[in-house]
Amino acid sequence: MAAEREPPPLGDAEQTDFRELEDGEDLFISTASTLESSPSSPEPASLHAEDISTSNGPKPAEILLEDDREDLFAEATEEVSLDSPEREPILSDEPSPAITPVTPTALVTPRIDPVMFERCKEELEEEANGDSFDIDISVSDPEKTSLSIFNKKEFSVKRRFSDFLGLHSKLASKYMHIGYIVPPAPEKSIVGMTKVKVGKEDPSSAEFVEKRRSALERYLERTVKHPTLLQDPDVQQFLESSELPRAVSTQALSGAGILRMVNKAADAVNKMTIKMNESDAWFEEKQQQFENLDQQLRKLHTSVETLVCHRKELSVNTAAFAKSAAMLGNSEDHTALSRALSQLAEVEEKIDQLHQEQAYADFYLFSELLSDYVRLITAVKGVFDQRMKTWQKWQDAQAMLQKKLEAEAKLQYANKPDKLQQAKDEIREASPGWEGKVQQGETDFKQISKTIRKEVGRFEKERVKDFKAVIIKYLESLVQTQQQVGLFFFLSFVKDSVE
Amino acid sequence: MDDSQDLFVGEDGRTRSVTVDLYNDSSLQVEISDAVSERDKVKFTVHTKTNLAHFKKTEFSVVRQHEEFIWLHDTYLENEDYAGIIIPPAPPRPDFEASREKLQKLGEGDGSMTREEFAKMKQELEAEYLAIFKKTVAMHEVFLQRLAMHPILRRDHNFYVFLEYDQDLSVRGKNKKEIFGGFLKNIVKSADEALITSMSGLKEVDDFFDHERTFLLEYHIRVKDSSLKADRMTRSHKNVAEDYIPISSALNVLGTQESSAISRSFIKLAELFEKLRKVEGRVASDEDLKLSDLLRYYMRDSQAAKDLLYRRARSLADYENANKVLDKARMKNKDVKQAENHQLVCCQKFEKLSDSAKQELIDFKVRRVAAFRKNLIELTELELKHAKVRAKATFCARGSAHHTVLENSKM
Repeated sequence: MAAEREPPPLGDAEQTDFRELEDGEDLFISTASTLESSPSSPEPASLHAEDISTSNGPKPAEILLEDDREDLFAEATEEVSLDSPEREPILSDEPSPAITPVTPTALVTPRIDPVMFERCKEELEEEANGDSFDIDISVSDPEKTSLSIFNKKEFSVKRRFSDFLGLHSKLASKYMHIGYIVPPAPEKSIVGMTKVKVGKEDPSSAEFVEKRRSALERYLERTVKHPTLLQDPDVQQFLESSELPRAVSTQALSGAGILRMVNKAADAVNKMTIKMNESDAWFEEKQQQFENLDQQLRKLHTSVETLVCHRKELSVNTAAFAKSAAMLGNSEDHTALSRALSQLAEVEEKIDQLHQEQAYADFYLFSELLSDYVRLITAVKGVFDQRMKTWQKWQDAQAMLQKKLEAEAKLQYANKPDKLQQAKDEIREASPGWEGKVQQGETDFKQISKTIRKEVGRFEKERVKDFKAVIIKYLESLVQTQQQVGLFFFLSFVKDSVE
Repeated sequence: MDDSQDLFVGEDGRTRSVTVDLYNDSSLQVEISDAVSERDKVKFTVHTKTNLAHFKKTEFSVVRQHEEFIWLHDTYLENEDYAGIIIPPAPPRPDFEASREKLQKLGEGDGSMTREEFAKMKQELEAEYLAIFKKTVAMHEVFLQRLAMHPILRRDHNFYVFLEYDQDLSVRGKNKKEIFGGFLKNIVKSADEALITSMSGLKEVDDFFDHERTFLLEYHIRVKDSSLKADRMTRSHKNVAEDYIPISSALNVLGTQESSAISRSFIKLAELFEKLRKVEGRVASDEDLKLSDLLRYYMRDSQAAKDLLYRRARSLADYENANKVLDKARMKNKDVKQAENHQLVCCQKFEKLSDSAKQELIDFKVRRVAAFRKNLIELTELELKHAKVRAKATFCARGSAHHTVLENSKM
């Protein structure tokens, strides 16, 4: 039985206020977790999964969440009895606390710090790509987690940027085609990286590293928040092992990279040609909803980016004015006025600081959240597309079956026993025969539909939480800066009026 | 002496606060009562109220254009009698180009804006246009009022004509030759200026003027720089305020599209941005008025003061030359009387100019300090006011955001 992990808050670990989970239901309340069946085993890719699914009896599949609570009660006892301690915890699935209600207070809170700049440079000289980042991971209540690997409470590993990309690409290939929304990794940036490599110690390259660090942190947090993904061995290896094999396939011009591009192009073409008969209004509605959301978020993101740019400009100009006013104050020969001008200069300088801080908040809170969600929604849309592909496969199988049946019938009439046998084999006996394929296609389609429903539900909840948290934080930042502006002017006013 | 006037407080109407100095002289009151902006020119209605005997009526109006103001200014400049006076700087040409372009671009615009966004942007740009218009009116008015207040300058014949003559002054714009001539004159002037101000041979007899020269040279450069930087800062502020418009609009759309718990948060945030936009816009325009305009005016005024110093220096040079000529004449004992007369004339001219200049420069300082003080205090008051509004708005928004969070957690 897997204990669920509480989603670590986005950003600081200290801000527990944002975990109120306003919708009332906590997906990961203790009761729910005891009802969890064994972790979802994504069908083809993970080899280990196969063992578990067969040994677990009837339902080898999903993590059943709140909608199926009734069933889960019944299931739970079943599962518990099946879980035998001697079963190899291939997925690190320690069943020991299964019977006692497990409070999933285990937190996996990855925090990422970039390596010191000098060391960074060293690495860069050797390798072709990537900064190195330190990931500090803290797991609270490790005894209560079922993942035995997290033995220590806090530990730290070093990872390169390409490692993150490698992780994402593995997860995507394993999970996306069966309907899981895999969080997208941050993008490569040739310009940014070249600057860093060249060793420019200017503020813009420091900014770039910070931007990247923050993006990677959010990426990792989202990934481990996902209950299925956290169970994945690749994720666990990423979090834990001291060394990872180089992820070569993430390089843009590698064979794998080119293959990916070709696949993407093929997908795009296919998408246009698939005309799906949507029987489920829910999907249609959701797709439309995500389309609208996508549009609006992109628009908002562009506007916020402009704001960030202008606010930075404002900060620069305010600083320049402050200096100029100070000089003017110096050259003014009326002493009181000279003092007043110097004060003005001071105030403006402080205000410039505030503008900078505000710009920082604008960006890291607001703009980055929006860009994250723009990419996440692309992933969601991708998952919907996968469903369409699955449907298409099913339809294709059905069409093929139809053809084979017709051929069989014809052969029957034509009375060609050996060919007839062959045809029959193809349809029924072969593994998988066409009948089997059709069945599989239907199952797959139903499965992915179900998974998507859950994933979307989860995604929406996370989205609401994220946005709420960021909005509140952003408002906090605004309040802070506004208060300070008022204070500065008040103080200078007091001084002025003494004059 | 009239200080730089602060002509509009707030955006409602033309409320003014005219600084009236101690020598409140109402015998000649000039104002620009109306202004009309046509395609490429502005027509100012100059309204005069007077009890001076010279004028035919006690109250009358004429319509003047910018070129006629410039003509008036130039006649003062060219008049030798006023060499010892700081001639009030000419008002800048009305320039609506930038604003008009922006309005045009908006009109051709962008299908990506919602109707509300468009309306708001239009409103912003129109307000900007109006502000520029008001400013140019103010600049022209200040020019006239300073002339009216000055005991000597107000008695100028051309000034009377300007105020009274109800026909067009047919002051043609400078033709190419005149513009070029003016340009050359400026080069010669600044070359002379540099020569004279650096010439150590020129004995500066007066500590006062020595100090003033050093001070003004530096001050002018600094105030020019500050004016420029203040303009940039104000512009940036406006940009930020304008940026809030599409953000607020997009948040609103998100809020209405959204059926989840965050829809209210979006809408609240949209409202906040809208409020902030208005405040930031006002901050930007207040900074523009109290700071940028002030600095710009004193850039011009300090230039006029520098010109005065230059004229005095030239007069001093003439005087020195006359002395030399006289010495030579005495040595050769030839044309002595003539040389003596000439020297006397130069001496008198110089001394008269110096006395007048001294007074003028003292007045300039008083004027300047008063204007800066007034505007800085007003600026601080306004900034405080705006800061309160901002703080309140963000505070409330944060409060209600927390509130919705709590509400939803009960649901």
